[in-house]
Formats: sequence, C-alpha cells, structure tokens
Amino acid sequence: MKLELRTITKRFGSVTANDRIDLVVEPGEIHALLGENGAGKSTLMNILYGLHRPDEGQILIDDAPVSFGGPGDAKAAGIGMVHQHFMLVPVFTVTENVMLGHEPTKGLAFLDRRRARRRVTEISHRFGLEVPPDAVVADLSVGVRQRVEILKALSHDARLLVLDEPTAVLSPQETEQLINVIRTLRDAGTSIVFISHKLREVCRIADRITVIRRGAVVGTADPSASEGELASMMVGRPVRLTVDKVPAEPGEVVLDVRGLSLVGDDGVVLVDDLTFSVRGGEIFAIAGVQGNGQTEVTEALVGLVKPTTGSISVAGRDLGPLSTGEILDLGVGYVPEDRLRDGLVGDFSVAENLVLDLYDKPPFARSGALDLARIEADATARVREFDIRPPETTRAAGTLSGGNQQKIVLARELSRPLKLLIIAQPTRGLDVGSMEFVHRRIVAERDRGTAVVLVSTELDEVLGLADRMVVMYRGRIAGEVPAGAPAERIGLLMAGSAPDDQAAVPPGDVASAGVR
Amino acid sequence: MSGRTGPGRRVLDALVRADSVVMTSLSLLCALAVGAVLIVLADQPTRTAMGYFLSSPGDTFTLGWHAVWSGYAALFEGAVFNPGNSGMAVFEPLSNTLLNATPLILGGLAVGTAFRAGLFNIGVQGQLIMGAICAGYVGFAFRLPPVVGLLAALLAGVAGGAVWGGIAGWLRARTGAHEVISTIMMNYLALYLLSYLLGVPGFQAPGSNQAISREVSDTARLPQILGPDLRLHAGLVIAILAAVACWWLLSRSTLGFSLRTIGANPSAARTAGMNVERGYVTVMLISGGLAGLVGCSQVLGTNHALTGDIDAGLGFQAITVALLGRASAGGAVLAGLLFGAFGAGDVVMVANTGVPADVVSVIEAVVVLFIAAPALIRSIFRLPESRGGAAGVGQFAKGWNG
Repeated sequence: MKLELRTITKRFGSVTANDRIDLVVEPGEIHALLGENGAGKSTLMNILYGLHRPDEGQILIDDAPVSFGGPGDAKAAGIGMVHQHFMLVPVFTVTENVMLGHEPTKGLAFLDRRRARRRVTEISHRFGLEVPPDAVVADLSVGVRQRVEILKALSHDARLLVLDEPTAVLSPQETEQLINVIRTLRDAGTSIVFISHKLREVCRIADRITVIRRGAVVGTADPSASEGELASMMVGRPVRLTVDKVPAEPGEVVLDVRGLSLVGDDGVVLVDDLTFSVRGGEIFAIAGVQGNGQTEVTEALVGLVKPTTGSISVAGRDLGPLSTGEILDLGVGYVPEDRLRDGLVGDFSVAENLVLDLYDKPPFARSGALDLARIEADATARVREFDIRPPETTRAAGTLSGGNQQKIVLARELSRPLKLLIIAQPTRGLDVGSMEFVHRRIVAERDRGTAVVLVSTELDEVLGLADRMVVMYRGRIAGEVPAGAPAERIGLLMAGSAPDDQAAVPPGDVASAGVR
Repeated sequence: MSGRTGPGRRVLDALVRADSVVMTSLSLLCALAVGAVLIVLADQPTRTAMGYFLSSPGDTFTLGWHAVWSGYAALFEGAVFNPGNSGMAVFEPLSNTLLNATPLILGGLAVGTAFRAGLFNIGVQGQLIMGAICAGYVGFAFRLPPVVGLLAALLAGVAGGAVWGGIAGWLRARTGAHEVISTIMMNYLALYLLSYLLGVPGFQAPGSNQAISREVSDTARLPQILGPDLRLHAGLVIAILAAVACWWLLSRSTLGFSLRTIGANPSAARTAGMNVERGYVTVMLISGGLAGLVGCSQVLGTNHALTGDIDAGLGFQAITVALLGRASAGGAVLAGLLFGAFGAGDVVMVANTGVPADVVSVIEAVVVLFIAAPALIRSIFRLPESRGGAAGVGQFAKGWNG
C-alpha cells in the first residue's frame, strides 16, 4: 500500500504540533520516522490512525484521498498499529487476543475457536511470526507479546503497519528477530512505518528515513547517512554521540557487596550470590537484558528490599539494619529505573519533586514546618542549572517530557553531597539531546570522586560510560568485561552464552577482579 | 501496583483533576435544577394542572414555578434568614445551619485528610461513635471542675476515635488489610458496642428503660456561644480550629508533605525514604481523632447524652462533604456549611410547603454525582477540557511516545 500525507497541519490552541508535514511511504518500504520526544511524531500518527483530524492537508492511500473518522476507519483502510505499550488481555490466550474485536462465530453466538486458531497459525507461518496459539499472554516474554500484537494487526489485513518504538523493551536477540520479521513483512509487500530514536537500528533497518523536528519535516535521509548526521538533524545542532571522559582515578572502596542473594516471595532466586565492590571515582556498570536481577540489586542497595543473605556496606557502614531513608542520608543518591513510578510524583509540582527526599531536612524544613520560600528558591536554581523545560517550578511534574522528568530526578539526587550514586536506565525513553546531558552529569559526578553504579540495558551507554562492567544473566554475574571490549562479546554474555576467550572473567573470579 | 489504583487513589485523582470552584458551583446549580424538577413533580396542584396541560399550559408553568420558588424560599428561610423573625430569633436559622455544619466540617476533615494520604476512611461512623462513647463516659462518670472536665472529655473523645481509626491504619500497614473493608467492619463493632453499653447499668440513664445514656455533667459540656436561646455551641470553634490545623498540616508541614506523597505515589514515597506504613498509621490516627471530635461535638454539645443513633448518618455524610470539598480543609468548611444549611432549611421547607424532605437528600447526592463526573458538567456547559484531549484520546496518545 502506498501512503501519502500531504501538508498535514495540526494546531492545538497556539501550538502547532504538525506544520505542513509531507510524508510518502512506498509499497513494501520500511520508512523510519525519527524525531525527539515532542517533535510531533505522535500527533502525526494519531492523525493517520483517525484519532485527530488534521486542520489542513490530506491523507492519500494508493493515490486516493481518504478521510478517517476514527481508528475503525483507519483499520478498515488497512492501517495497523503496534503500540509501545501493548494492548493485550493478559489472561486471554494468543488466539483469543488476536480474534478479539472480530471474533468468528458459528451458529448464533458461539465462538469458533478452531477457525480463529487456524487463522492465527496460518498468518504466523506466512510471516515467520512464531507464536504458541494456545499460550496465555501473561506467560509470554515481551518479545513474543510484541509478535502477538503484530499478528493482531495483520489479522485485520493490515497493509501498512506502524510500529511505535518497537525495540524499547526488547533484548538485542529479540530485536534481531523483530528486524527479521519486519523484513519478511516488507518482502511480502507490507509497508512499514518504524518509529524509533535508536539511530543505529534505524540505519540498519530502514529503506528511507524522515526526520521530524518541532512539528516539521527537516529532511529525509538514506540509511547510509552517518549516525552523527542523523542526530544533528534531529536535535538541530551538532551532537556528540560518544561520551567525553578522562580515565578514572579510583579511590577508596565505597560500596562493598558480599554474597548478595535475593529470593522472591514465590521462592524464585532473583539474585544469586553476587559479590563486587566499587571505588570512589569510578563508574561500575551492570549490563544485562531487562529482568535478570539488576532491578532487584539496585533496590537492595538502597534498602527497598532486604537481602535474603549476604551483606552490603557503604563506606564501611553495614546497610543491614538501615531503612531506605537512613541509607539515602549516608550520601547515597538513587535514580530509579522507572522514574514515573518510583522517582517522581506526577501530580506534585517540579519544586516539590525536587525536595522529595530532602523535604524534612534543613534548610527546607524547620521544626516540622516546610520553608516554602527556600524550596521555591532552590527549585528555581535547579531548574536553571539543569535546564528543565518549561522552566516553571509550579508545573505538575507529570506534564513534562520524559527527558525533563529525568532531569528533575537527577537534579534532586545530585544536589547533595554523595558518596555513592546508583543510577538505573538513566536515558530510557530520552531523546538524543537529553541523553548527552545526562551522560555528562554522570561523568561529572564520577570526577568529583563519587562511586557510580550504572545499571543499563543499552549496550552503547554501558560501553560509553563504564570504567568497569559486569554482565548479569539470570541473577548471576555472567562475567566481568574490561572497558573497551567489543559489543558482540557483551551481547553474547547478555544472552547467557559464555564466550570462550579471556575477555570474560569466570564468575568466581569477579570478587578478586573487582577489588583489583 | 494495586496500591496505586485502589479506590482511594482513584477518587483522589478525580478530585485533583477538576478545576474546583467553577465545577463545584456548576454542579450545585445542576443539582438545584434537578431538585426543582422533583419539586414540580411532587407538587399536587402542578400535577393536576398537567392533566389539562394542552388546554391551559400556562397553569402548569405558573403553579410549577410557584412550587419551586416557595420551596427554595423556605429552604433559604430555614437556613439563612427569615424576614418573619424578630429579636434573637433572627439568628436562629444561621445558628441551626452552623450547628448542623459543625460535625460535618469535622467529619469532612477526617475523610479528606485520609484521602490525601491515599486512604479511603469509610469508618468515620465507627470512629465518631467510639469518640462519643469515650467523651460521654468521661463527661458523666467523673465530676470534674469546669474547663478541666470539658478538656478531659474532649481528649477522651479524640483518643477514642484515634484508636479506632489507628487500628484500621495499623491493619493496613501491617497486614495489607484494605481500610475500606476494615473500617466498615469496625463501624459495626462500634455500633453494637454502643447498643450493648446503652443497656449496661451505670452507663444507661438511671431509672430509664430506654436505650439512652446518663447525661453529661454541666462542666463537661461545650458552652453555647450565641446565648441560651440558640443551640449553637463551641464545637464550631473547635471545627474551625481543626480546619486551620489540617490546612497547616497538609500544606505547610513536613508530615503533611510525606502524607501527600504517600497518597499520590506510595512507590515514590518509599523510594524517597519515607516510611509508608508509619504514614498510614499516622494519618488514620489523625483521621480517627477528627472523627472522635465529631462524637464530642454531638455528645458534649448538641445532645448531652448518648443514644443509639448518635451517628445520625453523619459518618457517611462526612464522605460526601469531603468529596464536595475536594479533600481540602477549606473545601470541607465550605461543603460542611452548605450541607449544614441544607439540613437546617430542610426542616422548614417540609413544615411550610409540603415539599418532601427527600428532595434535599437528592440534591446533596446529585451535587456529588456531578462533581464525580466532571465530564458531564463540562458537556452541559460546553466547557473546554482542563488539559489534553478527551480522556479516551489522551489515554490512547500515551502509547505514542509523544
């Protein structure tokens, strides 16, 4: 299917979200849409899916103008969407989820499960989308759930598929599989719109790239364009993709973890006998695919979960009996991976969020009363220092973009003297510009002599920032990798296969390697 | 996750979203309009006129208008000012309004404060009964000097309510037992404890075979503040002071900050080093204590003796007041005054015009219903959305990384 958007303009009040956007997606083309958060990609796709009406411009499908009153019309016209957050019913089986909304029936009202199942199997074979048709969605991994979403769209006879940040939740291996699926679909004649902020991926998979900035198309590019070129197109200024840093000057051991194990409520071992130490002035990275125990480790480090066995000490002080509040007071900064759930209160103002763990300490509080003037003054200073936009301290934090929300959390955690900074997925969902900023601040904190524990699933980030790194797999350290090791080797460790060469230190030796 | 989407959290969300003053006024207007329709339908002459509507439509409108006008006029006369009164009686409607408002303000503060910490305290009924039992007992069992007697009774009342609320908070913190369930159950416990006590010698009024307690001694009573002819008592002063205290607690104190954080996002509160469990217990102690003050106001000020219906529906009206007042201290005062006025005017309206008392209950219910459904008010008055697109679209757009 050929899709053409002509001079699409959409205004919300005084804000022009889309400014005369032209976009042509040829049949059987993978067209990547690249742009920072808030650039107008979402508005454009909502227009395409019939959720918004454009103020000007028109949509053409196979050169015929169309007009969508709602998502139903868009679906009927052959447009399928795979959202970043999956829209599946977890307790239903794959088949049930796929047939939801257009259930085949027999007789008056009986579901024809057999026919539905046959259709699921047929489509999944045709496009190489292997899914277990009778499995309950809740039991499936994220990658397979995504395939179910794609299958759902294809079962509506979608001839144009829009994928929104599809790799954000996938492991490198799952991403590979997804790329294969997308190529198969393209070869079968389906047009693909691929929304992403990961430059490397976009360059690998796209046939053509359209870059959007501030609601307008700033240009189209070939996949042969360099990542740097694309990044500067996206941001509107030259961007450094590599992190500038001098070699680490490690000091005293700040964090010492010995034999840390965590067992979940259901008896599953989440973290298995972890031993490592981190010195002041170095960045220690824990790489790994989401869900291999890294989250639990960070939570244990700040006392949100208590270790089943093992000990953790910060600057020689055992954390065992301490509460989270007391641990933070020792000089531990914590940037949680899910900032909207754990790092911020969306309904609170920026100023309130900036004192979320300092509100009861001087100078913000005196004998049980908040000093609102001091809180406000501090917020104004932080907003300026960290360039939080829009620069309004009274605005609800939940209305800011992801990058600015992350800046609030960082500004708060870095605003007091730290011995140890624990930072998880620092750039998840951030655009290139914010990413650069966050990385610079992390390195700056290291250079002040703070020990930094970085947990990330992004290989590039780990490679760029880490002074030392380990890979976690199924709750264990699969190996320690020296800085500068090739990405492929780390990728293999993340997938659980230990490579044969010496790049990886066997788990037993990590402790000694860690102390150096 | 369950903590974030519990009923308390959802109600809180709904309250925070709407632009309060405009939406509340419009909701009130709509509720009065609904009430007017009911008055017209309940009015016998108007109904008769409807029978011959086609031959003389004017009659229906004249009579209907008359019924509504006289009904709402009587409501106003009963609640605010009656031109027919003279002398101190001029203040009688206002005194009645404020007398009714006193327990509603305190109850609204109790529910609202718990809301802010993300807890839905349905147990004001039980807590005020426990407060009334304790305050009443101290009030009639000990013969204490003036002032001391009153203070002791008040303290006992606050303690009784606080303990009853605190138990629910502790259960939530310790075992995860949902406060909606536990407070409802504790309402029954308090209710039946009261009816048991009202039959126990020493508690029951001597020489009476009715379910009524002994009378609170003079020294433990809340003094009447507008002279002996008007029933308004110092409970109102306590209610206003409590409202100021709640306002300070929630918006100016460190404790209030942590309670609000816990209410808005318990995960973030925990991550920021706050003790969520302790917060739950603390806010339920505070909420229960405020509910205990409702009991004090009733047994030390309004009635002077305990009966089986000391609650008189106040426990649940408190929830309505808190909703209308959007869980804020000032809102609780205004909503308490409004419902207090409805309560005072209601009596006069029924007596003077024959409009059924239920109309006022319906109006109260409809106000809250409209407040709970801001989208409805927005569409009636064609107001713009407060932010973003329609709720459904906004939800959808989230999937698009924006």
